[in-house]
Amino acid sequence: MKENLYQMSKSYSIIAESLTKTFGSFTAVDSISFNVSAGEIFGFLGANGAGKTTAMRMLCGLSKPTSGSAVVAGFNIDKESESIKQRIGYMSQKFSLYQDLTVSENIEFYGGIYGLGKQKLAQSAKELLHRLHLEKDARTLVRALPLGWKQKLSFSIAIMHQPSIVFLDEPTGGVDPVTRRQFWQMIYEAADHGITIFVTTHYMDEAEYCDRVAIMVDGKIEALDSPQQMKEQMKAEDMNEVFYRLARTATRASA
Amino acid sequence: MLHILRDRRTLLVIFGMPIAQILIFGFALSNEVKNTRIGILDMARDEQSARYIQQIEESEYFETTHELSTTKEIDQLLRAGKVQMVLAIPSTFSEDLAHSRQTQVQVVTDGTNPNVATTLENYTANITRDFQQTLMSATELPYTIKVSTRMLYNPQMKGEYNFVPGVIALVLMLICTMMTSVSIVKEKELGNMEILLVSPMNPLTIVVSKAIPYIFMGLLILTIILVLSVTILHVPIHGSLLLLYVVSLIFIFSALALGLLISSFTNSQQMAMMISLMGLLLPTVMFSGFMFPIESMPWPLQLISNLIPAKWYFYSIQGIMIKGLGIGAIIKEIAILTFFAIFFIGLSVKKFQIRLA
Amino acid sequence: MNKMKYILRKEFKQIFRDPAILRLIFLMPAIQLLILPFAADYEIKNINVGIVDHDHSTYSRGLIQKIEFSSYFNLTEYSDSYQMGLQWIESETADLIIEIPTNFEKNLVRESEATLFLAVNAVNGPKGNLGAAYASNIIRSYNQDIRSEWIQWPRMNPEPQIEVVASHWYNPTSNYQVFMVPGILAVLLTMVGGFLSALNIVREKEIGTIEQLNVSPIKKHQFILGKLIPFWLLGFVVLTIGLMISYVIHGIIPGPNLGTLYLFSGIYLLAILGFGLLVSNFTDTQQQALMVAFFFMLIFILLSGLYTPIESMPKWAQIVAWINPVTYLVDVCRMVMLKGSVLSDMTFHLVAIGFTGVLLNTLAIWTYAKRT
Repeated sequence: MKENLYQMSKSYSIIAESLTKTFGSFTAVDSISFNVSAGEIFGFLGANGAGKTTAMRMLCGLSKPTSGSAVVAGFNIDKESESIKQRIGYMSQKFSLYQDLTVSENIEFYGGIYGLGKQKLAQSAKELLHRLHLEKDARTLVRALPLGWKQKLSFSIAIMHQPSIVFLDEPTGGVDPVTRRQFWQMIYEAADHGITIFVTTHYMDEAEYCDRVAIMVDGKIEALDSPQQMKEQMKAEDMNEVFYRLARTATRASA
Repeated sequence: MLHILRDRRTLLVIFGMPIAQILIFGFALSNEVKNTRIGILDMARDEQSARYIQQIEESEYFETTHELSTTKEIDQLLRAGKVQMVLAIPSTFSEDLAHSRQTQVQVVTDGTNPNVATTLENYTANITRDFQQTLMSATELPYTIKVSTRMLYNPQMKGEYNFVPGVIALVLMLICTMMTSVSIVKEKELGNMEILLVSPMNPLTIVVSKAIPYIFMGLLILTIILVLSVTILHVPIHGSLLLLYVVSLIFIFSALALGLLISSFTNSQQMAMMISLMGLLLPTVMFSGFMFPIESMPWPLQLISNLIPAKWYFYSIQGIMIKGLGIGAIIKEIAILTFFAIFFIGLSVKKFQIRLA
Repeated sequence: MNKMKYILRKEFKQIFRDPAILRLIFLMPAIQLLILPFAADYEIKNINVGIVDHDHSTYSRGLIQKIEFSSYFNLTEYSDSYQMGLQWIESETADLIIEIPTNFEKNLVRESEATLFLAVNAVNGPKGNLGAAYASNIIRSYNQDIRSEWIQWPRMNPEPQIEVVASHWYNPTSNYQVFMVPGILAVLLTMVGGFLSALNIVREKEIGTIEQLNVSPIKKHQFILGKLIPFWLLGFVVLTIGLMISYVIHGIIPGPNLGTLYLFSGIYLLAILGFGLLVSNFTDTQQQALMVAFFFMLIFILLSGLYTPIESMPKWAQIVAWINPVTYLVDVCRMVMLKGSVLSDMTFHLVAIGFTGVLLNTLAIWTYAKRT
């Protein structure tokens, strides 16, 4: 079976095999299995407490799975978690840039720790600032930027080292609709460059932007398909309806 | 309230700290000097000097660990901290005593700690005086003034009478000022304060509701310390318990108001901590009079000490507990404390309103 | 190694941009070394004396005069009622009262013996004790004066005299500041190393940036070194500022073995940074870290021999004191700055602190989990 996983990993960015995480008697993630193709935008949906973040943290190597295994970017998450790190980007729920550093200092730091090299770093920084129209604000402290800008900067920095996969944990929380559109524009662009996008969200309209979505309820994947297929199958108007029908069965209180 | 209760580590520390302090102050720290390691340089080496040395060694204050043969060794031993004192007996010790009835012994102490050094000198002088007495036939000296001494309030000379009120002041200050300021600034730092402030609640209500848990916690800890002190350390509470709590409540209010004040002009937790620590805790330890005698300080510092609420609080509760003072005897202290409380509350409310306006 | 450069650059930028830390680093030594040594003086002077005189005789006036001229006492109250005297003590206008009974002079002359009563406020034990001792001394000396008035001693004193000549080395003027300053320096280093490092790491946890670092290819040791090195260097800055202040203000010349002090401080800082790291591993918020660090610091500092001598502690507390890293630094600071001790005098200290450093840091690295 291990052989198999590696064979498959050539065409898939993420392969999860009955991934499970328990905290004491509480099973946060209950034996989930799925594959994500390279270059795909894969949405992970679920109410708060459904286990989205825990699943994502396991895939990033932040949390050790209790059982099951997964291969991310061709590396086993259990044994090669350090190697994975060079190949992935991550944008956490909490704001992850340093507020007391300037825009370019943040770029320089994150570029530096991913080993971008001096020239490459200068080049990427310039491009990044240009793309975000932040050239004038390069010396501004991140603290002073509006939230939407911070999120866009955060995303750009997360993919600066050209990872093969980027994990986004509720990236658009608290952002206005216009900025959210712009943000998704950036996601599409990244996907066009061949970066696999793994994104958790609880905005159902955002689910529509994904190639495929997995809906998590109580630690299990209840449905996994393209939004189009899901709607047709369940004869639902939109993803909201799909989600509510599936989530009705949830027993965990959303905390 | 829930915030604090849920955080078990903080709780552990909040309650562990006063307990640890009481135990350390009660059982570990003492200014008494005993079992001091000394070296003896006996250049006389005769019967008389041997008897003298024996008398020195019999005292519980000294423990001879080194016998020296040259004066050169004195510096070596003291510098390496092997002994704290060297007693040198001259070679003419017995001879002098026999002929001129007068001689000298030399004491060299490690003077780094002046207290210890003078205490060691005094001990040696006392033992030497006793030795002198044994040399002299017992004749009563004429025209003697006898002294009869009474130690008021604390005949057993317990240090507890001093540090228990001190620890109470320190811990209340720590909880009410530092914890309040840090927890409010934390909300600011995380942006929760904005959310609370845009809510329909009156901003003062919010702040007051943040402060109330700390009042209860302060009173609870005060109770724990009192119970421990009375049961384990046998510190009495001679005065009115009610008065003790009322005075403490006034102090808690002024401490809380100080915490609010600090939080109103700082934006980072580290800053709030620094101000609480440097601006309040340190002065509380220094100027409340429980560690260091205020009378010995230079006058500018004595003046400053009057501005420290903890000084007045310390004096009041020590008076109530140990001396059994009633409200009449500490009315001045209570008035000053009340003034501080009102002043700080007024100031912090004003600060708060300005920020909101 | 290249990554370390970026990590360190970021840490230094953050530190130097934070006004709180900067002020802490410069203000803390300044305030503590400027004020504390003056305040932390155990030496008790200016004892307030009240006299209750029932005798109103020549001898009672003589005693009062003797007390008035002594440098230890302030004569603050005078009355002939003992009740008044007790009130002075209650309101603390007098620390001790000397009661001279009626017929004091008569008894002394006729019966060759008279008694004086001493009542001391002993709420503060040591102070009370000292007051009583000073008062007894002054009375004894007054007694000698009276005796010599009445008796002509024979040419040879029947009482043998052994004079104790004391010299207090390293601090000949018995200056309390000289004693306190090196200890305060030690506490300063401890605070910078223990508090600031713990708070700094926990801050990344609280803000959430630590997650971002944990998914990055930064290695465990790189992250930890990135946190420790800046504070290690800051420790030296604080030490240097502190030494300069103690020279300028207190005139303490730190001895010929300054290098030894720096060497030892360097090792000590490593140990205490390990402690800070350990605290940060077990806490999630700055408030928690502050409380936990404060708790241990308090115990460390109280049981370090800074305020009360270790020899006076009970056995168990002495054991704790010699496990406590702060004890070693306080001791070494005093040895180097006051006694001019050399490296060979502190071999044991070096070994002990080195061992503690290794132990604390191993524990810290072991408990620092990059993933759960």
